Amino acid sequence: MKTIKTTLKAVALAVMATTSLAHADTLKIGLAGPATGPVAQYGDMQKIGVMAAIDDINKAGGINGMQLEGVIYDDACDPKQAVAVANKIVNDGIQHVVGHLCSSSTEPASDIYEEEGILMITAASTSPSITEKGHQLIFRTIGLDSLQGTLAAEHIQNTVKPARLAVIHDKQQYGEGLATTVKNALDKAGTKAVLFEGVTAGDKDFSALIAKLKKANVDFVYYGGYHPELGLILRQSREKGFTAQFMGPEGVVNSDLAKIAGAASEGVLATAPKSFDQNPVNQARVDGIKAKGEDPTGPFVFTAYAAVELMKDAIVKTGGTDPEKMAEHIRANPLETAIGKVSYDQKGDLNESTFQVYTLHQDGSKTAVK
Amino acid sequence: MTETFLYLIQQLINGLTIGSTYALIAIGYTMVYGIIGMINFAHGEIYMIGSYVTFIVIAGLLGMGMVSLPVILLVALIVAVVMASTYGWTVERVAYRPLRGSNRLIPLISAIGMSIFLQNFVVLAQGSRDVALPPQITGGWTFGDPSVFEVSFSYMQALIWFTTFATMTALTLFISKSRMGRACRACSEDLGMTNLLGVDTNRTIALTFIIGAALAAVAGLLLGLYYGVVNPFVGFIAGLKAFTAAVLGGIGSIPGAVLGGLILGVTEALTSAYFPSEYKDVVSFGLLVLILLFRPSGLLGKPEVEKV
Repeated sequence: MKTIKTTLKAVALAVMATTSLAHADTLKIGLAGPATGPVAQYGDMQKIGVMAAIDDINKAGGINGMQLEGVIYDDACDPKQAVAVANKIVNDGIQHVVGHLCSSSTEPASDIYEEEGILMITAASTSPSITEKGHQLIFRTIGLDSLQGTLAAEHIQNTVKPARLAVIHDKQQYGEGLATTVKNALDKAGTKAVLFEGVTAGDKDFSALIAKLKKANVDFVYYGGYHPELGLILRQSREKGFTAQFMGPEGVVNSDLAKIAGAASEGVLATAPKSFDQNPVNQARVDGIKAKGEDPTGPFVFTAYAAVELMKDAIVKTGGTDPEKMAEHIRANPLETAIGKVSYDQKGDLNESTFQVYTLHQDGSKTAVK
Repeated sequence: MTETFLYLIQQLINGLTIGSTYALIAIGYTMVYGIIGMINFAHGEIYMIGSYVTFIVIAGLLGMGMVSLPVILLVALIVAVVMASTYGWTVERVAYRPLRGSNRLIPLISAIGMSIFLQNFVVLAQGSRDVALPPQITGGWTFGDPSVFEVSFSYMQALIWFTTFATMTALTLFISKSRMGRACRACSEDLGMTNLLGVDTNRTIALTFIIGAALAAVAGLLLGLYYGVVNPFVGFIAGLKAFTAAVLGGIGSIPGAVLGGLILGVTEALTSAYFPSEYKDVVSFGLLVLILLFRPSGLLGKPEVEKV
């Protein structure tokens, strides 16, 4: 028994020794998001952006002599797993996190980070409630659902002018939140939705819903949710001869929508962050990502890149890695980043929105709608 | 014909198709339960593997320039059935046979373990994303006045109905008429006694698992083609629904599994049709609770007689 105790002590000491050694010359940045699961594509986009930023910083000599290292944590876009991941990050002694990705994961995780004094910047979560709790250490490099939803509603009201509108969502925080924003904004503008309903994420059969939409003579559907469900809805609509125009948020913008829905995905509308990879300022970064054989066009690549830039700047200017001082600095000082000039309000939200309406194509590409 | 009527017809077609898909998977659950009185929780995963094999074979054959659809489907079916049966046999061999005769809960847990293992195995081997296949069987019949409401019934839906009905009939005949079927029924009545009378019970149980897995592969092929999408997690949800269907119809009874599947599917479709779709699962599972309250052994199940 005594030997076991001694061994345990020795192991514990050894572990402590290595972690403190590692702290001296590398700074670990937690990268939390779905690495597996149905929406892992978005996790990949975030990873591409963060890793590109880390590589660029390390090549330029690191921050104050420290090299950065990205540590990936997989929450599979599952709120329960997100909490487990957040606790793991706390235990691993990591103090700076880029993530999480799905709003429903980010919200419970952000409570833990705030309490444990960890700086978190999400590059993808758009649900307004995340920054409404008065947290000091939580930021995002993407606009809010309220902005995205309002933009979608404006586009529907002024450009599409549908005769009979339906709003469908996936009953999750992100999807339902957006769908509600769009519906309320259109209600106010005078376009009433004839149908407002939720589907179950993970379902495969939407034939009953499609028959219902068809019966209601719907000619425009706004879908709040992610691409796996919308892809199947589009595909099954085409098979059943239901031809309404569809529109979705940035959660449907990725080439897998086209893979699932095929020709039925041609012409789908979507709101997404502006294509920062088209901006000449980012040419070198785009080339660097392409050189690694990765795709720089995803909506979250450069928002994730900017999150690391914000951290770097805060470390350089505050002269240390203390999350609280860094948060104060980020809140007070606007910074020129890969996604343009970033400045924050008291809640940790961007002062300027960066969304744009796109038309998606069946080859997986997208073009901006004026 | 009025719009209301045509709409009801359309939703019934949708519901019966969803129900048939549940039924196809439920038959596998019910067979294993009927013979050894245990739930094979890895059954949903076998179905998922059947779908993956189908996708790989079809994509491969299309890539090799094969154009004849019947040939492609036949090859895919054969490969999927063989692969899934192998998995089914292995599951029995690894997770059930070594535990034969132990407390009932133990194989249940090992089957859940098997299910988690298979799911993660596919995640590692194939990735966790949705894999999609372009529609292979397209077209269908439409009727009703397009200006009122057009009812559509696709060839794919017809194929699913037909296959479910044909498998149910074939299996019922196999169990009631064939020699192997008689051995199965004997096993379900008294495993120990059957063994004493000279029937190779291990072989009979293995066969049950193989047949169940082959059916899951057929379901995997059909549903894979119907929805065109598969990911490593489809087995879990499908398995849950199919299990519900089997319990609803009376677990252990093959026509019961089909009846349960159809009732569940139609209930889901009609709930989505006339109430907000959010209530779909509330109504169908509420129905399950009600039926089990009044008929604890399910609609067509035999009441459990305590063996003395």
